[in-house]
Amino acid sequence: MIALSDYLILSSIVFCIGLAGIFINRTNIIMILMCVELILAAVNTNFIAFSFYGSDLAGQIFVFFILTVAAAEVAIGLAILTLMYRNRGSIDIDVTNTLKG
Amino acid sequence: MEFTSILFYVFSLFFVGSSFVMITSRNTAKAALWLILTFFSAASLWLLLEAEFLAITLILIYVGAVMVLFMFVIKMLDTEESTLRAQFTRYLPLGIFVSLVVIVQMALVLNAGPFDLESVGMPEQHGASYSNITAIAQQLYTVYVYPFELAAILLLIAIIAAITLVHRTQVNSKKQNITEQINVQAKDRMRFASINKKSKKESK
Repeated sequence: MIALSDYLILSSIVFCIGLAGIFINRTNIIMILMCVELILAAVNTNFIAFSFYGSDLAGQIFVFFILTVAAAEVAIGLAILTLMYRNRGSIDIDVTNTLKG
Repeated sequence: MEFTSILFYVFSLFFVGSSFVMITSRNTAKAALWLILTFFSAASLWLLLEAEFLAITLILIYVGAVMVLFMFVIKMLDTEESTLRAQFTRYLPLGIFVSLVVIVQMALVLNAGPFDLESVGMPEQHGASYSNITAIAQQLYTVYVYPFELAAILLLIAIIAAITLVHRTQVNSKKQNITEQINVQAKDRMRFASINKKSKKESK
């Protein structure tokens, strides 16, 4: 039998992998966006596990809204990325230091 | 061991393994493909948790739309630059340190709260006639109808924002400049040219 704690441990492992991925790939904005998606998948697994073991559908509906917001976030993030590449010729995060004093 | 337990371990192995390969992959396009495998295994885990609607939504929206968008951007932009991965090992110790801190914190939380099988217990499995989509729809269109419509507005705003950001204005398009039209004076439109007959004849 799979307990709730197994799902929680699994999603926390994936959450930490995504967090480490942001630090490892911190110069590549596409990789950072994908690591954010990975973190969101881990968090959503947490929500659904609590929804299943608590017999409450509110968790699944919350995941539905998280998916909506994440899709909007990816669309705008990739648009900004395309704009940045068009203006600077690179998606290296170290190039974007215009606002640095 | 139950069959669902074996399935859980297989899918979680794929979940953790493919996400690990994804973050350490040197090629961004390959990383996107590994992320697709991660989403597939996450959807399989959600199926084990009887969240059928969200599992299908994850595959349709994430694998079908979001990751295709990612692949488009990766292939359109020049991501094969060597400078992108030059600092691969520079921040690795910091990443490992932060991950370890988060793991320890989460382990403390998980050990403090009673989340094991004795305290939470296995919920009653629904039969084959149970429809997850019907249950979600009944909640979504009654209790959560205002957040649902707000989500629709949010997606509309996202569409408009993405198009406005990336759209290039065409230089040769004929469009009205309203401010210029209002502020136009009579002398801008009409020009009095004095034609001197004498000088015209002289020039001939």
